[in-house]
This record gives sequence, C-alpha cells and structure tokens, in this order.
Amino acid sequence: MHIPDGFINAPTSLAAGAVAVGGVGASLRRAAQTLQERQAPLAGLVAAYIFAVQMLNFPVAAGTSGHLLGGVLAAVLVGPWAGCICVAVVLMVQSLFADGGLTALGLNVTNMAIVGVFGGWAVFRLLRRALPATKTSVVVASGIAAGISVVLAASAFVIEYAVGGNGGAPVGTVLAAMVGVHTLIGIGEGVITALTVGVVLGVRPDLVYGAQDLQAPLILGAEPGPATREVG
Amino acid sequence: MRSSNLRLFLIAGLLVAIGLALGVSGFASSSPDGLEKVAEDKGFLETAQDHLFADGPLADYAVKGVGNERLSTGLAGLIGVLVTFGVGLVLFGLLRIVRPRAESGKGSEPTRAP
Repeated sequence: MHIPDGFINAPTSLAAGAVAVGGVGASLRRAAQTLQERQAPLAGLVAAYIFAVQMLNFPVAAGTSGHLLGGVLAAVLVGPWAGCICVAVVLMVQSLFADGGLTALGLNVTNMAIVGVFGGWAVFRLLRRALPATKTSVVVASGIAAGISVVLAASAFVIEYAVGGNGGAPVGTVLAAMVGVHTLIGIGEGVITALTVGVVLGVRPDLVYGAQDLQAPLILGAEPGPATREVG
Repeated sequence: MRSSNLRLFLIAGLLVAIGLALGVSGFASSSPDGLEKVAEDKGFLETAQDHLFADGPLADYAVKGVGNERLSTGLAGLIGVLVTFGVGLVLFGLLRIVRPRAESGKGSEPTRAP
C-alpha cells in the first residue's frame, strides 16, 4: 500500500501533502486537547506495534502479499486523533527504511493515516451503534471496520491515480484490481485488528478508547474495584 | 498499583512488538504487496523511482553489512520499533505538555465514546 516516488505526479502529490498536513495538524490539536495522561505512552506503544506488524506481510493470493495498515486498530485503542498521529509517525519512520517514497509521503499519510483512520473509525462507530453494547461487539466492529478501512485506503489511491497517475493504466481496471486484492488484505487486517483489540480488552479494557462507553462512570481518585472492571 | 499495572502493560506490549519485529519479520511473505502487484499487472510499476534512501543503511528493512537475511531484517525491525516508540513517546509527551488549558472552555472537553 506504500506508494513509491513516481506513481503519482508532483501536483497531485503536493495536493495530498496539503491534505496530510491539514489532517495531521488538526489531529495534533485535538489530541493535545483530549489525550488522557495514561493514553500518551499507550499511543507510543500503538505506533511501535503497528510498525512491527506492518513488517509481517502475509500471502493473500498467488504471488501477492499484504500487511496491516493499523488505522482502525490505532483509532479504537487511542482514539482517531491520536490514532492518525500514530500511523503518520509509522509512515515517517518507514522512510528510514526506504519504504514509501518521500515525495509520496503526503499521499501515503492521506490514504493510511487520514482515510484509513477516520474512514475506518466512522465505520466502527456505525457498527457500534447497530450492535449491542458489549465487549464482543467492540471486537467484531473493530475487525469489520478494519477490513473496510483497507478498501477505503485502496480506493483513495485509485482517486489519486485517476487525478495524477503516471503510466497510463485505465482507471477502471486499476480500481477493480485494487479493490479486489485489498478486500483480501482487508480480511487479514480485520483478523489482526480484532485479535489485538480483543487481547487489550481482556487485559486492560479501560485502555480501549473505542470501548469507553462500556466502563462504569469513573470516580476521580477512587481505587477501581471489581465492579468497575466487570461492566460489559 | 494502577500506574505500575500500566507500566507492566506497556513493557509487555513493547516486548510483543519487539518479538514480532525481531523474530517473526524474517519469515514474512516476500511477495509484492497489493499495490505493487496491481502496478505490475496494470503496467505502471516501471514509473516507480528509487527511494532517496534506497542505498541507506536500513533500506528495504535490512541492516547493511549483516549477511544473514533473517537477522538483518529482524535487526532492522528492532531499530524501527524502538525509533517509532521513542518518537511516539516524545511526541505524545509533548502534546500533553502543550495541552491547552481548561479555562478556554474547550480544553477539558470530555472524550467522546462511540
């Protein structure tokens, strides 16, 4: 999913760069306002975990692989604002490894850190509303939203390719191919996201941003007793 | 009690990330990813240009000079996880410090659960 230099022309890359700066800038402001103390180191961990799992390409079809993007995972664990920053940090660090072109960084941030995170988060919230208020619903909604977020990010690439793609491939066939293969990759994304969210929900449900509504109202200064932990 | 529990969680989580990057990444599929495959099939892969750091010491998730491929990938992964964690800690720590004060009326906005 990492776009190298050269796929997309300079004006389109610049425009995506502006979208990326705007989106990450807004996320930095909102995260500064809303990030809770215990979430700050957790957000660092989420970024590190996504970096690690992005290295684990899994085979999806003949001669093709995919890897986690992590947008919904980050959003569900630390919220969409901090989640967007997590994925953007991963993409920037990956430049050290020559992964994703430097001139394509804005495109990649737009697709994975903005479309993947906020698009996926919107799907997650819709699913949460439709499903009962249980931990299982959070896990299921995370997995499905994560899968869809990969297709959304792939579609964002196709839009960029339609606007300023090099090489002259017909947009319709690029769209069909991108959506097809990323639907398969999305299954892997959904499984990894659901597993990870499930584990964190099992160990520290209070750390899962997307499950905060399942927590009993927090009494400041009170030692959390068993009652606060068994809700849901 | 609670904060030491959080520290334990963070350490355990970081160890999982390090374990995956160091020990598992060398066994990952080396097939082209979805986008690369589509680019190949649809004939625009050759428009890709070399990355500025293509000859860098960590290019393509390999540490230059380490002969064993899996070890090289694993070490690159370890470096990446630690750098990402460090950047994240500093960045999110700074965000907490520059946090807008509550008197503006917007700073203490409650986190919205879905």
